[in-house]
Amino acid sequence: MKLLVKNGILPGRGACDMLVEDGRIAKIEPNLEDADAQVVDAQGRCVLPGMVDLHCHLRDPGLEYKEDIVSGTRAAAAGGFTTVCCMANTDPVNDNAVVTGYILNKAKTEGSGVHVYPIGAVSKGLKGETMAEIGEMARAGIVAISDDGKPIMNAQLLRRAMEYGAAFGMTVFDHCEDIHLVNKGVMNEGYNSTLLGLRGTTRAAEEVQIARDAILAETLNLPIHICHVSTAGGVRIIREAKARGVKITAETAPHYLAGTDDMVLSYNAATKVNPPLRLTEDQDALIEGLCDGTIDAIATDHAPHHRDEKEVEYNLALSGISGFETAFALGMEALVHAHHMSLEDYVKVVSTNPARILGKNCGELAVGKDADFLLVDPNEEWCIDSRKFLSKGKNTPFHGTMVHGRVKATFVGGKCIYRDE
Amino acid sequence: MAFKHKDLLSLRDVEREEIEMILSTAASMRQLLDSPTKKTAHLQGKSIVTLFYENSTRTRMSFELASKYMSAAAANISASASSVQKGETLLDTGRTLDRMGTDVIIIRHPMSGAPHLLAQHVNAAVINAGDGINEHPTQALLDMFTIKRHKGRLDGLKVAIVGDVLHSRVARSNIFGLHTMGAEVALCAPPTLMPAQMEELGVKTYTRVEEAVEGADVVMGLRIQKERQEEGNFPSLREYSEFFGINEERMKYAKPDALIMHPGPINRGVEITSDAADCEQSVINEQVTSGVAVRMALLYLLTRKGVQSV
Repeated sequence: MKLLVKNGILPGRGACDMLVEDGRIAKIEPNLEDADAQVVDAQGRCVLPGMVDLHCHLRDPGLEYKEDIVSGTRAAAAGGFTTVCCMANTDPVNDNAVVTGYILNKAKTEGSGVHVYPIGAVSKGLKGETMAEIGEMARAGIVAISDDGKPIMNAQLLRRAMEYGAAFGMTVFDHCEDIHLVNKGVMNEGYNSTLLGLRGTTRAAEEVQIARDAILAETLNLPIHICHVSTAGGVRIIREAKARGVKITAETAPHYLAGTDDMVLSYNAATKVNPPLRLTEDQDALIEGLCDGTIDAIATDHAPHHRDEKEVEYNLALSGISGFETAFALGMEALVHAHHMSLEDYVKVVSTNPARILGKNCGELAVGKDADFLLVDPNEEWCIDSRKFLSKGKNTPFHGTMVHGRVKATFVGGKCIYRDE
Repeated sequence: MAFKHKDLLSLRDVEREEIEMILSTAASMRQLLDSPTKKTAHLQGKSIVTLFYENSTRTRMSFELASKYMSAAAANISASASSVQKGETLLDTGRTLDRMGTDVIIIRHPMSGAPHLLAQHVNAAVINAGDGINEHPTQALLDMFTIKRHKGRLDGLKVAIVGDVLHSRVARSNIFGLHTMGAEVALCAPPTLMPAQMEELGVKTYTRVEEAVEGADVVMGLRIQKERQEEGNFPSLREYSEFFGINEERMKYAKPDALIMHPGPINRGVEITSDAADCEQSVINEQVTSGVAVRMALLYLLTRKGVQSV
């Protein structure tokens, strides 16, 4: 089966057509013709590789009232993702091959068509005590290991997981927050936490663990991936580690680029997330980190929650932001429309780099790559309306925000799985 | 001029004129309290509910008596701390009270921002009677009322607040209110009990009590809770009292006629010695009377017809 994408603009190449054959990109040239191919008119659209999300929560199995693999993958497709990696904090926890198999099977049979790669737990039950069956999960199809949501406080456990996981090609994706320093904090510690009388979490809680991880990675000469970096200090530690040749990669999330702790001023629990929203100085540092390659990728940390878990006292509200359907535009606003990077470079942090971290044959438009791509309008203005989310999780502090940049269609393996009607 | 707010959640956004109006109304109420028949019809036909998720004696009694002196129908709901997490949600409870025709809901809650959440979802006026470690606006109003009675003004006074500022909703409301009214606020606490970037609120911070109370017109002690020691914020109550307690010796650094205040209940011998708490300059007991007067004033202002909601 052939597909010919005509009249689109490819960042870095200009006006180009793209021929897809058997799910892969066969040709990228101006003015392609192929009588056998089904034609997709991309007039007025940019053609981008599909986004690759290193970090999301699909909540399935067990927490389907928040999200399930069907709604989650539909939301991912609508957001412009063609590959997503789902974290292990389901119920039961994805700490064994049976759960891994369940996720993969359900995604394949009932999902929207987005590639779903599970991330296995580092420790059994995410308890931070003994290692999960990493080898068996790797054989079943996980792509990384993480106790995300629960910081690994025991450095020896982390070391063992890095060493043991390496035998199976598994890198630890670490949620860095020292729980003793977090100490019941619910927002960034600073002027606003003082003003609001909410318990603050010092930025040091995140940074001491990033530093620890960098030191372990250097000492062991093994890779580590830092999840959702939110502070300027975190960026600096990673930059210094990279300069020394440490095998460290890192992601940040769209909400850290788009939001600050000023948004908490109304006690709106939609702003509650771990790590917490920080300051404009941190946003600047994250943007700089993305531009200079310190931060490799933007990952959503899509964390859908039920309305009942957010319409409560701030302290009681669960942490997390529903991110699939706002990620592209929030990133475009913070990076491309704010003139910090080109659309071509934006593609690298949302698609190419995360695909490289996963070792998958996608994330760029080149001959031989998987035909996972998007048609987007980088300038279309729209208003974020959480009521229209395909995700079950309507929890976003960006509801009502005007943004520019919209995904118009999503293709996986040359097959259209989403179209913005 | 009418009181502009539908609710009283925070003193952060209450203007000087509004505070002055509350304090002058409270002065009339105080006169009423001193009269032989403490009864007015100001709140006749109004229903007022106290919704307390935390134990309290004086604040709750104070609101209840204020309501009754003014002929309102008053009711109390005590919710245990565990019901915050397991029972009916705050919003469901609030909507229920609303549908029963409640005019004012007075809420105390262990979590910061809970009154704000409630206020967004009910028609009743909401008064914050203490939320988590955030604010306790009526306490600050009664403190300001008491100070003004003795000093004749708030403008230009120096008020030293000594104790666990981090966990004190009394301190935070007083800082906002006193700052608005032109008083200078000095805070003293061990650094582990001082919030981040406090000075950006326009106050001075100290770690030595003597420096904080230097030349003060008012010295206010804050209750220190035992669990704060267990959380590791300071080594022992004994050491706390030794370095951060208010005593007569330290009061010598304040002005000779400085008032001694405390929101109560007092841990005698911990944050303040009995000698200091009971001395002639102490207005700690008078604060309780002020509390009733201020709450009467506030209930009156919030239920008055023609109040614009903001």
